Amino acid sequence: MPDEFSSPGVPSEMEEPPLSTELAEDETAAPEDELAIKAAAPEVLADSLGEYLRVWGRRIRSGESGALPIVAGLIVIIIFFQVERSKFLSALNLVNLFQQASIYILLGAAQLFALILSEIDLSVGYVLALGAFVVAELIANPVNFPWWLGILGMIVVTASWGYIQGSLITRLHIPSFVVTLAGLLFLEGVVLELAQIDKSAVGGVISVQPTSVIYKLVNANISPGASWVVLVVVLAIFAAAAIRSAATRRAQGLSAPPLSITLLTIAIAAIGGIVLVYVCTINRGLLVPLKGVPYVIPFVGLVLFIYTVMLGRTRLGRYMYAIGANPEAARRAGIHVQRVRRIAFVFSAMTAGLAGLVYASQLGSVSTDTDGGTYTLYAVAAAVIGGASLFGGRGKPLHALLGGLVIGVVYNGLALMGISAAGQFIATAIVLLVAAAVDSLVRRRGETTV
Amino acid sequence: MSTSNSPATSEESGRGSSNGAPLLELRGVTKRFGPVQALSRVNFEIPPGQVTALAGDNGAGKSVTIKTIAGLWAPDEGEIVWEGKPVHFHGPRDAEAAGITTIYQDLALCDNLDIVQNMFLGHERLKNRLLDEGSMELTAKDTLKELHVVTIRSIRQPVASLSGGQRQSVAVAKAVMSKAKLVIMDEPTAALGVSQTRMVLDLIKRLASGGVAVILVSHNLNDVFEVADRVVILQLGRMVAQGPVSEFDPASVVDYMTTGRSSRGPSAQAGQSERGA
Repeated sequence: MPDEFSSPGVPSEMEEPPLSTELAEDETAAPEDELAIKAAAPEVLADSLGEYLRVWGRRIRSGESGALPIVAGLIVIIIFFQVERSKFLSALNLVNLFQQASIYILLGAAQLFALILSEIDLSVGYVLALGAFVVAELIANPVNFPWWLGILGMIVVTASWGYIQGSLITRLHIPSFVVTLAGLLFLEGVVLELAQIDKSAVGGVISVQPTSVIYKLVNANISPGASWVVLVVVLAIFAAAAIRSAATRRAQGLSAPPLSITLLTIAIAAIGGIVLVYVCTINRGLLVPLKGVPYVIPFVGLVLFIYTVMLGRTRLGRYMYAIGANPEAARRAGIHVQRVRRIAFVFSAMTAGLAGLVYASQLGSVSTDTDGGTYTLYAVAAAVIGGASLFGGRGKPLHALLGGLVIGVVYNGLALMGISAAGQFIATAIVLLVAAAVDSLVRRRGETTV
Repeated sequence: MSTSNSPATSEESGRGSSNGAPLLELRGVTKRFGPVQALSRVNFEIPPGQVTALAGDNGAGKSVTIKTIAGLWAPDEGEIVWEGKPVHFHGPRDAEAAGITTIYQDLALCDNLDIVQNMFLGHERLKNRLLDEGSMELTAKDTLKELHVVTIRSIRQPVASLSGGQRQSVAVAKAVMSKAKLVIMDEPTAALGVSQTRMVLDLIKRLASGGVAVILVSHNLNDVFEVADRVVILQLGRMVAQGPVSEFDPASVVDYMTTGRSSRGPSAQAGQSERGA
């Protein structure tokens, strides 16, 4: 396959540029490295808690700060809103916030698939609208599908849409920016047309029956008792997996986090889970009792968990990161680069479809007013605020979660303060810029200290 | 020991080797790109367990030669003999399957992936359909240890944080892990400082002492004389001299590279007759 590398017929020597120069003259790193020469020893990393924290500190200083800045930023924003409006941290508002943020989180995850591959998917906002329309129409008159068939149909439609976009990008070599921009415009038209054709759409609005499972996804709650049971089961599985994985690594003679770190991680997860369930199980009803975890929270959690495993623990995920950083290296390693790209666009569209499902459930209706353009931009913002890179190869579902939460918090907090839509857009813009700037500064420091 | 490079004697060139059967042999390899004659009747051989330097000025055909060996395209004429049998590679995968790995200047590493992930890229091991990180990490660690790569702090750090020499080490370890019999290295020291160059040259020596044949493409005569056992010199698409490094000196190599002949080197006669042909 000569076309793998360069087109034949070019007789030039193809002298490639030298390695990046900042790495070339690197003799300064030697002394510290020599301290760490223990080829046979199982890593220089940490056997005790103190040493582990020191290594961690060094990683943060060298630019691998991970999710730390965004978590810190989120806490600052939350404190700000709580000081401004004491209602902010009330159970009613927090649950409300989670329900709103779930759309941004899923949109961020959708965009993440494109960003990891160093592409962009501008169509996600209207794929959301398409997904919402399809699911609402499938379960309404005259189709009357059961809810699960409606969701399945929606997934098929949005995944196919992603496949079409991915094929245009990989087979015709049109940039993803252009293909998905066309997709955005096209789907806006399709959604308007769908509302026109559908006789049951009254004035361009299709409603979702409050009795349907789809409506209940966001608007109904798991009973408090069941919520606690689910939490305990999830935490037990997580704890067992974390301890077992560390033990397996240690048995293989590989470096593993010390037990204290594993326990600390489990404790943090437990506290987070307990607080979440506790807040949700406080009675937040104004007239009638209302308590329990909305179904949408475990739903989003499950989606993110599946994506985390897929991206972190499967070949497909590994190849996505590889292609995002160096498609040529991936090609030479025998990876079907274009096929993986198409799959990424399928996942992007499918996830946007799931966001559409949550959207339809949340509003209880779908209308032609859906502002897909804004949703697209929020999708990019959520992923970037969370820590994904527009240059490809970096970003995890966790980042979509954090970024989506930040947007949800800003949106919700400003609404509580009675600030207009104009103010919300401007505030989101500022948060986006600050997040990108912090990320860039931290990372640049990391590069120069290498 | 010099081998004649005249096209007429190409069939017999194998017998000139002092190391038994060569691992790889090019016989009368010719490659044209449209009107451009990139390689004309190039003959040389690569013995196992030795470092062969492929020297030549820009445009001499070094890259075309290594890409031909790597299977990127087939030669127009002549044949490539691998382990005693003529072979026809239909792409780099074929060459890799046969045991030929090429490390290009860009090293083909993914900066965002760690050392283990890079070394196993495209060949990941699975357990229960998920990546088997533990087993891959152990193998990667053993391979780096074999190569005496000791300056790396953790093999779980991203490749972006490595120095140029360390990145070369990872690329070489990747080749070793794939059980390559011939490793072709394209200008491995071109962008490196002094100590990093030292590190890579040591690595090349260790690779060869482990029985792997190495083709080292280099402009740098210091490197060539430091590390190579044999030298093959190309000029304007022709092989103008080859032989053990002891039969050359920097001046004669420069002569061959620039004019295609030298009054001081081992293949002066051959160089002359080639020009005459």
